[in-house]
Amino acid sequence: MPIINMDDKILLSHGGGGKKTQDLIRHIFLEKFSNEELNELDDGAVIGDMIITTDSFVVNPLFFPGGDIGKLSISGTVNDIVAMGGTPLFLSAGFIIEEGFPLEDLKKIVDSMSNEAKAVPVKIVTGDTKVVEKGKGDGIYINTTGFGKKTLELGLERIKPGNKIIITGTVGDHGASILLSRNQFEIESGLKSDCAPLYGLLKSILSEDIKFMRDPTRGGLAAVLNEIVRKDWGIEIFEDKIPIREDVKGICEMLGIDPITMANEGKMVIFVEGDRVEETLKTLHMHPLGRDASIIGKVTDQIKGRVVERTVAGTTRIIDMPSGESLPRIC
Amino acid sequence: MKYIDEFRDAEILRDWGRKISLIKVSKSINLMEVCGTHTVSIHRFGLHKLLPENVKHISGPGCPVCVTPNRYIDEAIELSKMEDITIVTFGDMVRVPGSRSSLEKEKAEGADIKVVYSPLDSLKIAEETEKKVIFLAVGFETTAPTIAATVAEARKRNIRNFFILPGNKTMPNAMRSLLKDRDIKIDGFLLPGHVTTITGFREYEFIPRDFGVACAVSGFEPADIMLAFNSLINQIKTESPKVENVYQRSVKRDGNPYAKVYIERVFEPINSEWRGLGEIEHSGLGLKDEFKSFDIRNAVKIDIPEPFEHPGCRCGDVLKGKINPSDCPLFGDPCTPDNPIGPCMVSSEGSCSAYYKYG
Repeated sequence: MPIINMDDKILLSHGGGGKKTQDLIRHIFLEKFSNEELNELDDGAVIGDMIITTDSFVVNPLFFPGGDIGKLSISGTVNDIVAMGGTPLFLSAGFIIEEGFPLEDLKKIVDSMSNEAKAVPVKIVTGDTKVVEKGKGDGIYINTTGFGKKTLELGLERIKPGNKIIITGTVGDHGASILLSRNQFEIESGLKSDCAPLYGLLKSILSEDIKFMRDPTRGGLAAVLNEIVRKDWGIEIFEDKIPIREDVKGICEMLGIDPITMANEGKMVIFVEGDRVEETLKTLHMHPLGRDASIIGKVTDQIKGRVVERTVAGTTRIIDMPSGESLPRIC
Repeated sequence: MKYIDEFRDAEILRDWGRKISLIKVSKSINLMEVCGTHTVSIHRFGLHKLLPENVKHISGPGCPVCVTPNRYIDEAIELSKMEDITIVTFGDMVRVPGSRSSLEKEKAEGADIKVVYSPLDSLKIAEETEKKVIFLAVGFETTAPTIAATVAEARKRNIRNFFILPGNKTMPNAMRSLLKDRDIKIDGFLLPGHVTTITGFREYEFIPRDFGVACAVSGFEPADIMLAFNSLINQIKTESPKVENVYQRSVKRDGNPYAKVYIERVFEPINSEWRGLGEIEHSGLGLKDEFKSFDIRNAVKIDIPEPFEHPGCRCGDVLKGKINPSDCPLFGDPCTPDNPIGPCMVSSEGSCSAYYKYG
């Protein structure tokens, strides 16, 4: 049975970051675009000592506790550059705006883009604006493309059994806060999106000890670990080591969503040389964005090609690539 | 007390595992749960792996989406194709394949389909449109009270463009039908904690009395479930079947009287078709005469071709506990959560999906 049937149409789940997205990339885009740089299927491409990466932002609602689409559009792209071992230098910004969109909201979004970019720091050096008819967009969509200088050699091929895995903080904050900000549940909470550029946090740990990094956005921790795992080794994680806020845990329980499949916008999964992991963790803990960093698991050759979790009950379960979208349009 | 971590303590769970394995019962034992949340919790925490080898856990017809027959889904799809209709549904229904399509595919074709968490939200939607707004009323006694309240509220507020497509089911007679099936051997039931929170467990007392089968009302945290397993195996060992309530912090013998009043005011028992189990007497909820005008089947003629099931799909046998999901020839290839052939693979509560995801 073909994975992509040409009579099919694009479904929301094709944009969920799970298996359907992977199928779309492999069977539609890669099929025609295939080249040495793209085939790596990393968060961005490496060209000489430059890194280029792009991301589009379609979040709904545009403003949410802890951030807005503007902040997201800077942190998302900056984090992709950082995950590839780069120092972020320049960004482009493309806006697709719906007719009738309040200028005041646009100004708020641009303000927060500007603030975030200065804080990294990274310069927005080129851009584009398009306006579409009312009803043909959803307020505003933003695309940012990032350029960075490669400062550290990272790569999947550097991951070896014995490496340890760190998450830089609590998981699921962004996904859960977007869910709540849609106000469908009438639950009040102090929860905020974790949306933040991570260059400041991560530049302090960049060294040969770091093997690989990826930011667990759509599909959360479960999706990135499944993207990373290779057929000759496996990943074992420990449920009781994964930091999750109590309110996120409660919301996820109530809605039957696994927090490790919820999106994050200010967290990094880091693969570290096994005997250097404590030093890395200590350094992360010194930064406000790394306070809750935790060693959540390890790379092992006892299992192959699979992500396995040791549950709090002491049993094991397979963590599979999440399928479909747990909620639409989160980044 | 945070109500999550305390019920997931590894030491407590291992202790219960040890206690259960000390109850020596020589025969093989089949324990069935009939609630999708139990299915997920057992697989999510690997609790079945803590049971002795002669004790087998079976997932029965407890996932509301899974037991909904193709005919119902085909009707919903047919309605979604009509011009002046908005379909409002719980999220799980969207991806379930009917005979020929799914709501997800119809949505991509332009059908107006909205996902809500509470049926009451459909009234807000109805008040903001001229279109007919149809809520897909599926689920067990757990969703029935809020759906009943929504219908009652619609009448009170005189919202005339709100309808439901009745499809709610009730559990006791479905369990009776499983117990009467000679091909299925069940030694104990984990009774559904959410359903019995509403209905109480009095209406399950016929199971030990008439069929000699053990019952334990169970919550959903790992410790709740281990406690219920322990109760069942003890009852089986001592040959003293009864309904034991080990979920006392939520369930009472007579349930929640307020919720029951709503159900009884709006709904009445009807015969209902279950996927895999066929038509079962008084196992569904239809609208009472005074609320019949909210039944979309009375307002719109829904013409659908004869439904059909994928010939290889064995969801029916999975729902009856006759086979394990992995015994189905389609399991894993081509039927996966991303490419579901049968409903048990679609719903996050479906047993095929739980087997596939958690092993």
